[in-house]
Amino acid sequence: MSTVMTKAINLKLVRNENERSEPEVEKEVVYDTKGLNLWYGETHALKNINMDIKEKEVTAIIGPSGCGKSTYLKTLNRMVELVPIVKTSGQITYKGKNILDKSFRVEDLRTQVGMVFQKANPFPKSIYENIAYGPKIHGIKNKKILDEIVEKSLRGAFIWDELKDRLNDNAYGLSGGQQQRLCIARCLAVEPNVILMDEPTSALDPKSTLRIEELVQELKKDYAIVIVTHNMQQAARISDKTAFFLNGEIIEYDKTDHIFNNPTDERTGDYISGRFG
Amino acid sequence: MATKYMDAELVGKRMSSRVRKNAGWKGLFFASTLFGLIVLAVLLVRIFTQGIEYINIDFLKNHLSTDASRAGIMGAILGTAWLMVVVIPVTMVIGVGTAIYLELYAKKGKLQSFIATNISNLAGVPSIVYGLLGLTLFVRALEFGNVILAGGLTLALLVLPIVIVAAQEALRAVPGSLSEASYGMGATKWQTVRRIILPAALPGILTGAILALSRAIGETAPLTVLGIPALLIPFPEGIFDTFTALPMQIYYWTIDASLVAEYANLAAATIIVLLVLLFLLNSIAILIRNKFQQRY
Repeated sequence: MSTVMTKAINLKLVRNENERSEPEVEKEVVYDTKGLNLWYGETHALKNINMDIKEKEVTAIIGPSGCGKSTYLKTLNRMVELVPIVKTSGQITYKGKNILDKSFRVEDLRTQVGMVFQKANPFPKSIYENIAYGPKIHGIKNKKILDEIVEKSLRGAFIWDELKDRLNDNAYGLSGGQQQRLCIARCLAVEPNVILMDEPTSALDPKSTLRIEELVQELKKDYAIVIVTHNMQQAARISDKTAFFLNGEIIEYDKTDHIFNNPTDERTGDYISGRFG
Repeated sequence: MATKYMDAELVGKRMSSRVRKNAGWKGLFFASTLFGLIVLAVLLVRIFTQGIEYINIDFLKNHLSTDASRAGIMGAILGTAWLMVVVIPVTMVIGVGTAIYLELYAKKGKLQSFIATNISNLAGVPSIVYGLLGLTLFVRALEFGNVILAGGLTLALLVLPIVIVAAQEALRAVPGSLSEASYGMGATKWQTVRRIILPAALPGILTGAILALSRAIGETAPLTVLGIPALLIPFPEGIFDTFTALPMQIYYWTIDASLVAEYANLAAATIIVLLVLLFLLNSIAILIRNKFQQRY
């Protein structure tokens, strides 16, 4: 596994250097948020959010607890609606369509936008069934196709070599880090365009965290990734752009280099240097 | 030196009385437990010594008879079995369906909590009241007569609240993170309920259902209100036949023991059969719970 991973990352480094010499291609905007407000009952949790999210980039969202970063992430796949008292205004267009419009089917949205949660949440089923769940609910029944999807997804999450001989074992027997990568593979099985990650490494040890970070670097070649993180070093390491949230507002949203080395707003600088939060 | 508030001498003096008190309370609690156990043991010993010698193949497979030496309880066993044929599907479908609606579909609000509270209240309504309901609704208004269908539906109503509450608790115990994962992949609510939530809650639901079933098997009061006889009637062959059931048989034999003393022994023998049946059902419930218990 680790040799495969190292190889993949070496390849990636080479490729990145090649890319750097080429002129930057304009990336397509996947999500465009305009004037988004969100209330939990009386609490104004998101205030006039404007930000765009591009394909093949990692967008990190940082900020202290309760700043609205997770809420914003869950608005992107309307998971936030599981809380019944939520109200929103403004719009989020996904590929040109307003997803906050009630006529936009959440099932459609969530098929195209995968999510990885803070705590690994595999189903109490076998490894195979965990991955096959997504394709199955979307109507794929052919065993051969399912087999291929399972392999492709596990390979995509760089966990195939570890798990290929125990596909029928219960997913609960895996370590925390493996479970989280399994959840990423499960998300890939639906072939989404965007992957939302809600503090995916906050419950993991440093080694597993590194694995996930390397994986994110791989995945961004094909997916738009939005990652909420408490860990500022993580945001600095893996993201292309960073948004700093504070009290439900975006204080600053820019290239990660810029946010971390030369923040425009004083509060961003204070937060990044650890003066609060 | 700082002032000391704990007077070592005084503490020492009180110590032995505190320890004595502790032992006294322990003894009291143990005695409470013992009381229940002794009563149960006396009951079991009395029933078994009285009834065990009357249990044999003939007793289990014979028709009812006024002649105590020839009387059997096959009719009552079949009647109880047929009752379960009605009770199980009705309670499972309506009970689990109601629990799914209340837990997963209904909007959390005043109406939902009002319904939930009243279902818990219904679980406490005396069983004879359900008997009256069954008599009015199934026997008279719907003109079923005192047949298995009427008895089964009455018992189903009686245990429905228990099944609903148990199923609700089992559904609530399924972690939200599992359904979130399912919704996150674009699953509909029904797909999530059927493929993730129900399988995870099934052991809890089944345990509750089986315990409710053993309650239904032992119920006598509602059946007496429905006018279920223990007469010389043919074995029931379907849900529209008249019937008798094990608890009814025990009830009538106990009453008639003043006429024929041996009936009391037959009642004891029938109680053993019923107890064994209940014991088996409870064991199945425990087995299911242990086998499928899972950590999330």
